[in-house]
Amino acid sequence: MQIYLPIAEVSVNAFLLLGLGGMVGILSGMFGVGGGFLMTPLLFFIGIPPAVAVATEANQIVASSFSGVLAHFRRRTVDIKMGLVLQAGGLVGAALGVLVFNYLKAMGQVDLLVKLCYVVFLGVVGGLMFIESLNAIRKSKKAGGAPAARRQRSWIHALPLKMRFRTSGLYISVIPPVLVGICVGILAAIMGVGGGFIMVPAMIYILGMPTKVVIGTSLFQIITVTAFTTMLHATTNYTVDIVLAVLLLIGGVIGAQIGTRIGVYMKAEQLRILLALMVLIVCGKLALDLLLTPSELFSLGAGGGH
Amino acid sequence: MRRLLIAALLFALPVQAAEEEVVLGLSQDRVAITANFDGSEILIFGAVKRETPIPDTEPLEVIVTVSGPDHPVLVRRKERKLGIWVNVDSVLVDSAPSFYVVATSAPFDQVLTDIEDLRYRVSIERAIRSVGAAMHIRGAQEFADAVMRVRANEQLYAVRENTVAVDQQTLFRTAIDMPANLTEGDYTARIFLTRSGKVVSSYETTIDVRKVGLERFLFTMSREQPFLYGLMSLAIAIAAGWGASAAFRLLRNN
Repeated sequence: MQIYLPIAEVSVNAFLLLGLGGMVGILSGMFGVGGGFLMTPLLFFIGIPPAVAVATEANQIVASSFSGVLAHFRRRTVDIKMGLVLQAGGLVGAALGVLVFNYLKAMGQVDLLVKLCYVVFLGVVGGLMFIESLNAIRKSKKAGGAPAARRQRSWIHALPLKMRFRTSGLYISVIPPVLVGICVGILAAIMGVGGGFIMVPAMIYILGMPTKVVIGTSLFQIITVTAFTTMLHATTNYTVDIVLAVLLLIGGVIGAQIGTRIGVYMKAEQLRILLALMVLIVCGKLALDLLLTPSELFSLGAGGGH
Repeated sequence: MRRLLIAALLFALPVQAAEEEVVLGLSQDRVAITANFDGSEILIFGAVKRETPIPDTEPLEVIVTVSGPDHPVLVRRKERKLGIWVNVDSVLVDSAPSFYVVATSAPFDQVLTDIEDLRYRVSIERAIRSVGAAMHIRGAQEFADAVMRVRANEQLYAVRENTVAVDQQTLFRTAIDMPANLTEGDYTARIFLTRSGKVVSSYETTIDVRKVGLERFLFTMSREQPFLYGLMSLAIAIAAGWGASAAFRLLRNN
């Protein structure tokens, strides 16, 4: 069944969009990532104009994250206090990110920088997670499932403005979470994603939060940042396609529910290693696009914009 | 492909004191882009009106063009820098139609001479204007060619030779496929009658391509009330997220 998208001005198969939404939704629920880093390139691939894909994806992430976070709220795996601190940073970051984005757009290099951002961040994050999870699995096999040693005190514990995060079992300064929020907000706005794939590892490795809490809290933060991004895109670029968003989110919210349930039955290390593999695959694909000779050296854009 | 047959016969007004004039019919003079729009086919047919007998020189040939609204296009070229492919040069092509199809009754170089092509801007090359192309960039023509190549790959530009049927040098007809990825606007249909490569008569009419119904409503709202539109998108997203969560909980509890 073909559907004409009013803002994107292309006609696409509705079932294809439902399927894509569902697939990405499952991953979103399992890993606590918004799925934008997968969905946005997929939308480019089926012919949605990049500006519309990025803006609409933000709206779809709101839906799948909201669906996912409700399930986590019921299981009490959301650190609300930490989430609010991260959100405060995230909003500042998103606003900064949009400024940077518009500056790069004026230079005509936004595509390249977005892709480089993807390759660098996906590569680093995916690689680190993969190695770390492999080590964790090896260790737990040797030690017969003994809990990992508690993190040593680091520079993070020496910072002022300490706050108690009861759900995460942490007593740390608010400065690192706010900084993480800002960084993720900037990247999210530039790369047109929720930022979960950066946030999840940042929470685990920098803030030292327990994996089970990380997913719900990350979803909680993503909702606010992507809702903010959606509004920015809708009011400045008019690129949110509501028909596209509805089709993606119908698939997405159902997928997220299924994904959250699959996630419960899997071990944290297994979840992490799967997420790491997926991140590395997307990274590899994007890197190849930059390195291999493209079949078409020319690209067309709307003129008169500068 | 849906074929709407709202026969709207538009009679040609005498443009000049030509001996042969076009009397044109279109299967539809408007294309409505609805939610399930996936392209359209327009039949363009007509007759040649003449007061004098058919000249016994070269046979009559017919060219039909349909073009979308003109827009400037910024074309960028990639080059390998430090191992990766980067946009280096860009050229602003002043004006290129969003859609352009030429249908002819014989091979293009037989129905129209280069001089006439230059005058009437019939071929795709002539329909794209890039007078202001930056002189410092070598091969500015390459950029104009790129517009044609990229759009031809997207089925937006095409030359279809031998697709106009001409009967008795008097009746002609052709079908133009409009793809699903159309943009809104006033499309122009032009018909040229030629003999020995020279245009003897031409006729122009407009095909209205518009979004209608829900498509129109959403498009207008996104432009005129973007804040409300954004809030509506978010409300739908949150409602859908909550709905799915509640539905799944019900399913699991039963």
